[in-house]
Amino acid sequence: MTTRIFGSGIRRREDPRLITGQASYTDDIKLTGMVHAAILRSPHAHARITSINTDAAKGASGVLAVYTGADIEGVLNPIPCAWAIPDSDLKAVAYPAIASDIVRYVGDAVAVVVAENRYQAEDALELIEVDYQPLPATINPERALDDGAPQLHEDAPNNQAFHWVAAGGDTDAAFADAAVTVSETIHQQKLIPNPMETRSAIASWSPAMGELTIWNTTQNPHIARFVTCLVTGIGEHKIRVIAPEVGGGFGAKIAVYPWEMIAAFCSMQLGVPVKWTETRSENYIATTHGRDHVEYVEMAANADGKVTAVRSVVYAGMGAYLSTAAPGIPTILHGLMYSGPYDIANIKADVYGVFTNSTPVEAYRGAGRPEATFLLERLMDKVGEAVGIDAVEVRRRNLIEPFDNNRDVAIGITYDSGNYSAALDQLLGHIGYDQFRHDQTHEREHGTFRGIGIACYCEICGLGPSQVAGAVGFGGGLWESATVRIYATGKVNVFIGTSPHGQGEETTFAQIVADEIGVDVDDVEVIHGDTDTTPMGWGTYGSRTTVVGGAAVALTMRKLRDKARVIAAHLLEADEADIEYADGQFFVRGAPDSAQSIQDIALQANVAWNLPEGIEPGMEASTYYDPPNFSYPFGAHAAIVSIDPDNGHITLDRYVAVDDCGPQINPMIVEGQVHGGVVQGAGQALWEGAVYDDNGQLLTGTMMDYAIPRAHLVPDIEVHSTVTPSPHNPLGVKGIGETGTIASTAAIYSAVMDALKPIGVTSLDMPLTPEKVWRAIQESGYTGNGHGHSHGNGHGHDHGHGHNH
Amino acid sequence: MPNKVPITVSVNGRSHTAEVEPRTLLVHFLRETLNLTGTKVGCDTSQCGACVVRMNGVTVKSCTAFAVQADGAEVTTIEGVAQNGNLSAVQEAFWNNHGLQCGFCTAGMIMSVTEIIERNPNPSADEVRAGLEGNMCRCTGYNNIVKAALAAAAAQQGG
Repeated sequence: MTTRIFGSGIRRREDPRLITGQASYTDDIKLTGMVHAAILRSPHAHARITSINTDAAKGASGVLAVYTGADIEGVLNPIPCAWAIPDSDLKAVAYPAIASDIVRYVGDAVAVVVAENRYQAEDALELIEVDYQPLPATINPERALDDGAPQLHEDAPNNQAFHWVAAGGDTDAAFADAAVTVSETIHQQKLIPNPMETRSAIASWSPAMGELTIWNTTQNPHIARFVTCLVTGIGEHKIRVIAPEVGGGFGAKIAVYPWEMIAAFCSMQLGVPVKWTETRSENYIATTHGRDHVEYVEMAANADGKVTAVRSVVYAGMGAYLSTAAPGIPTILHGLMYSGPYDIANIKADVYGVFTNSTPVEAYRGAGRPEATFLLERLMDKVGEAVGIDAVEVRRRNLIEPFDNNRDVAIGITYDSGNYSAALDQLLGHIGYDQFRHDQTHEREHGTFRGIGIACYCEICGLGPSQVAGAVGFGGGLWESATVRIYATGKVNVFIGTSPHGQGEETTFAQIVADEIGVDVDDVEVIHGDTDTTPMGWGTYGSRTTVVGGAAVALTMRKLRDKARVIAAHLLEADEADIEYADGQFFVRGAPDSAQSIQDIALQANVAWNLPEGIEPGMEASTYYDPPNFSYPFGAHAAIVSIDPDNGHITLDRYVAVDDCGPQINPMIVEGQVHGGVVQGAGQALWEGAVYDDNGQLLTGTMMDYAIPRAHLVPDIEVHSTVTPSPHNPLGVKGIGETGTIASTAAIYSAVMDALKPIGVTSLDMPLTPEKVWRAIQESGYTGNGHGHSHGNGHGHDHGHGHNH
Repeated sequence: MPNKVPITVSVNGRSHTAEVEPRTLLVHFLRETLNLTGTKVGCDTSQCGACVVRMNGVTVKSCTAFAVQADGAEVTTIEGVAQNGNLSAVQEAFWNNHGLQCGFCTAGMIMSVTEIIERNPNPSADEVRAGLEGNMCRCTGYNNIVKAALAAAAAQQGG
């Protein structure tokens, strides 16, 4: 009998250090002689620096040094962008680590103070005198392209960072022939990721060895090393990047920032370790944001609701500079997903990347795919209304039929496997869709505002084939690696190139190992996050860690099993072809009683006293796994909301998710990923949004002003799944980290519009704050139960203060 | 240099005497002076709750208290929750119920949940959620934190 730990929701192996306060995040680390840096940031969104006087700061108590843009010139190269989308006229503008003439957003670095402690460093910031000549700012990504808009970069006329078009089929013809066309203007508001740990770095330069070590809150230490090499000019072999415990990322810790380069510069100047840790207020302006699209989108359909075409014009704000992966997000990860789970023959995405005087944009959980899902689901709802069929029915008529191996879609990519209608069917059962619609009819007669929203999605994950990465301008590979070492004692270390930071791969990868070679999961330790001790990898983002990195681990275990089989045959004096394997035991077919365990064999391999000819000592193997395709998780989500018409307050009553990420290694961890993702997406729909004034000042610059979901605002999330293995992945897995965010914004938005449907409100900008909803209700002419557009029962004239239905 | 003030604080049952600047925040005293880095700084506006510790039995946000305010007080941090290597019921429940992902909010969550179920040994899910109003988590959607809190309360009732 074979027992499998794959599929078991065992509790996480990383948790004991986290629940006892023993884990070390970057800011928890102290090095001998370490000093502290604080960065002076521009208070202007756009200004010319006319003078900087650092004399007083240099003389302040405890201050060791103050550096400005002039000091780094010729020492630090500009911060590079790593995703140069081809055929897009992309402008790779210079991003200096410290601005020396022009500041382009509130948060741009102007100077850095290094002092003996952090209080002294922050005190001295206030003693730096900077004279600015303010310049006009531009914030809206569409308006920034206008003639006469303030210009950010000489090299980027009209603030256009790039222009990218992708198309399949003949969209114009499809629209010309359509029975029905619908359109929408969508503002994908700018979001602030807010991992609970702000960013932090400690740089330690060894002058004697010419070596730089950086402890860095990053999702991808190997990419950080690569870019640090480009910025500092230090050889890659002389740079070590360590991502210790990392307190969440959500995309905001992908970028290689100027700030850790500044810390490195300071350490190299002073010869001592330098720590820099962001305050939360600093995080709001200095760590990357997400989304920020203005979209004009349209859908064409037949009279029966069969969609024939979708097209967009998207103005994607990039912020003031191009962050590491930013150009790939509204293009490759967005425009290529315009089919979603639907069979749409004609597609066109027309995307402008635009510089604005705001914090640079980067991946934020879902990165491009939430935006694609949102526009498809908005338009699908509108098509349903236009042809007079229910939201579920219009989706059914357009979902791609089930397939288990490869399905081309019009935009030119190939989905791996899918059974979209199965997920939708299961969802409808769990949420009780028909019953809800039945009840809703009755409730509407009584003036109750309740609505249901459905979102179907398919997303591109498991990034990805390196050849494709090269073809689409990504400045690196997207393969992953693993090295597995089984010691003489039978204990196992797994060294991985990815860098989990909350996703639990110390557990799930141990589960893979335990299953593949029959060791106890507690005998496996997974090592990650240090470029000196782990093999090369491209990091944790895009729901790729388990899909690509997990595959590398599984294939490595299979290599070790093959080696073990050869040694077992030798030890059992049998022919290799006669050796069978089960549950960590190797034995001659039919004679399981005289088996060699993997531990026996590991001992023999490590001492090498009696190995078969041609077999090397040791029990270690590595795999560099380059996936043949991306993976395409999918699912269907539903939200039920109720709205208080007196104050516009929305309550999220229920949320049901059905996701398909293929086989689940640890269902408890899968559920946790969905919970968190759904609530993050709910944040975009209902509460979150970066608000700037016309001068480029961020008005939502603290946790008091920017509304992150809190415990009392959300219900329990009901999580279910279907299982459709990916045909090309050795484990069949597809990825789960982003599904919640990808679907929930659309589902919740749709539910709110459904609730407001009786009073004729069909569109509002996110976030759907109580004020916006209340104003929309007021403007609709609704005056309470029995009035306005509602079909009331004749009473309820009083809609005054305190009135409650 | 600002004048320093002598304070004596009992932290996790051990008495510490130190001289601190009057402006030194309690969280910095714990992290920088005592090297108890399990308590985290997640924000600077007293919103996130990552820095929650217990002072004389009551939860406080240690980023919003001065070290001098803790003079003479008994403080418990996350490092002092497990006794003799035995996890508390709340810690066990967080582990068993996947009540954490990145772990950064966890110390504050455990301190707050511990107080919530001390005050209300049999809370409803809504009461737990209301009690966590001052603790933010960006990973879990709070789902399994609430589940862990209810499980810890049940375990303590059972015990």
